[in-house]
Amino acid sequence: MGDLKNLPLHALHEAHGGKFVPFAGYDMPVQYAAGVMAEHLHTRAKAGLFDVSHMGQVLLPLSADTALETLVPVDVQGLKQGRQRYGLFTNDAGGVLDDLMIARRAGDLFLVVNASRKDHDIAHMRAAIDGVVEVTDRALLALQGPLAETALARMVPSVAEMKFMDVAQVEWDGVELWISRSGYTGEDGFEISVPSDAAEDFAAALLAMDEVLPIGLGARDSLRMEAGMPLYGNDLDEDISPIEAGMTWAVNKVRRAGGDREGGFPGADRILDEMQNGAPRRRVGLRPEGRAPMRGGVLLFDAETGGNQVGVITSGGFGPSIGAPIAMGLIDNAVPADATLFGEVRGKRLPATQTDLPFHKPDYKR
Amino acid sequence: MKFTEEHEWLRVEGDVVVVGITEHAATSLGDVVFVELPEAGTTVVKDDEIVVIESVKAASDIMAPLDGELVEVNEALADNPGMVNDDAMGEAWFFKIKPSDLSQMDDYMDEAAYKDMIG
Repeated sequence: MGDLKNLPLHALHEAHGGKFVPFAGYDMPVQYAAGVMAEHLHTRAKAGLFDVSHMGQVLLPLSADTALETLVPVDVQGLKQGRQRYGLFTNDAGGVLDDLMIARRAGDLFLVVNASRKDHDIAHMRAAIDGVVEVTDRALLALQGPLAETALARMVPSVAEMKFMDVAQVEWDGVELWISRSGYTGEDGFEISVPSDAAEDFAAALLAMDEVLPIGLGARDSLRMEAGMPLYGNDLDEDISPIEAGMTWAVNKVRRAGGDREGGFPGADRILDEMQNGAPRRRVGLRPEGRAPMRGGVLLFDAETGGNQVGVITSGGFGPSIGAPIAMGLIDNAVPADATLFGEVRGKRLPATQTDLPFHKPDYKR
Repeated sequence: MKFTEEHEWLRVEGDVVVVGITEHAATSLGDVVFVELPEAGTTVVKDDEIVVIESVKAASDIMAPLDGELVEVNEALADNPGMVNDDAMGEAWFFKIKPSDLSQMDDYMDEAAYKDMIG
């Protein structure tokens, strides 16, 4: 594994009582002094600041839109300037290599990919696309919550004009910020790429505001679970198709059967077939009865005793805003939607009810 | 009061020993969201895993620190697991055990030694 890398804001995390864990090769704050529960609830009520500088930031020339479409089932060519779209790198078997954000800006395409996959993704793109540049001199922060706009607009007033999935390049204190109105919490908010040498000043200015608390990886995970968002490596992987994962919406219309640019991405045969004829498995939300959390890896059965294994929990834990355990699982598509499932926790099968995702309804500024 | 290396505290009350986890342990676990208690009346052997605690971060076990019979468990914890974070050394005791051999207490640390251990 080698040595852990520090984030550009490591000292600031320490000063706020950060407790660190290794994650994707980085020494990352899992929580701060307030703790996971308080940080989660604060983000839903006010605004939380996340350091996600471990994620990969990548630039492509505008002319790469056609080539990028050979890797993702996304309408990149139709993406308007100043807008961002969610995407998935698929493989030939129709599984998922990573998920990412794609933004079209005036001079380039700006991509954000997962930390654990960035080396893979960059190599994967370089095999198909000329001019792939990894951005290594910028931190990435996320400011999330109903008061995120209020807080950020004090420093950058124009963010109030942005709508969900808009992107903008804006000057602040002599440096250029790359801002998108998006996030991974189910709240309104922004993701902000800032030059590394200005990141500490920028973050400190936000943290000085009453509304803003620093939020660690622990609450980032519980927030995204409540929002029903998949985590690559848990709810998405090389064997799970986007259709099975409930991400059919991420296969854009022009890339679907009958679309102008139908298929043409890895695994299109399986993915388009599953859209037409159904997938063998489906991702579901689960509400375990009682208080015992069902975490990733818990096996799901169709009966309390005997019966068959019909799936597995891919992500699970406690939902602070729900006040109860929540989970997502991948199950056999033949299981009826109203069937109670049983998760095997410490040798006991405990009931869990299937439920629609998300657990917590997002409130985006459209 | 005595302390185990597993961050349990033991307090003698008449002929029973009350057992909980230390504030240090509660803080490092993070917010506790689930506690599974054994049945009162169970006979246990030292090092049996008898309680499951789940925090927002992970699951962990509490072991029986002594041989004996569980005479009472703190049912309030099942409904309000957050008590462990609020009052680890007081209201959030886990169980009361009637030890069959009280001399097993001698294996455990006093408060000064425990504080030394956690640094």
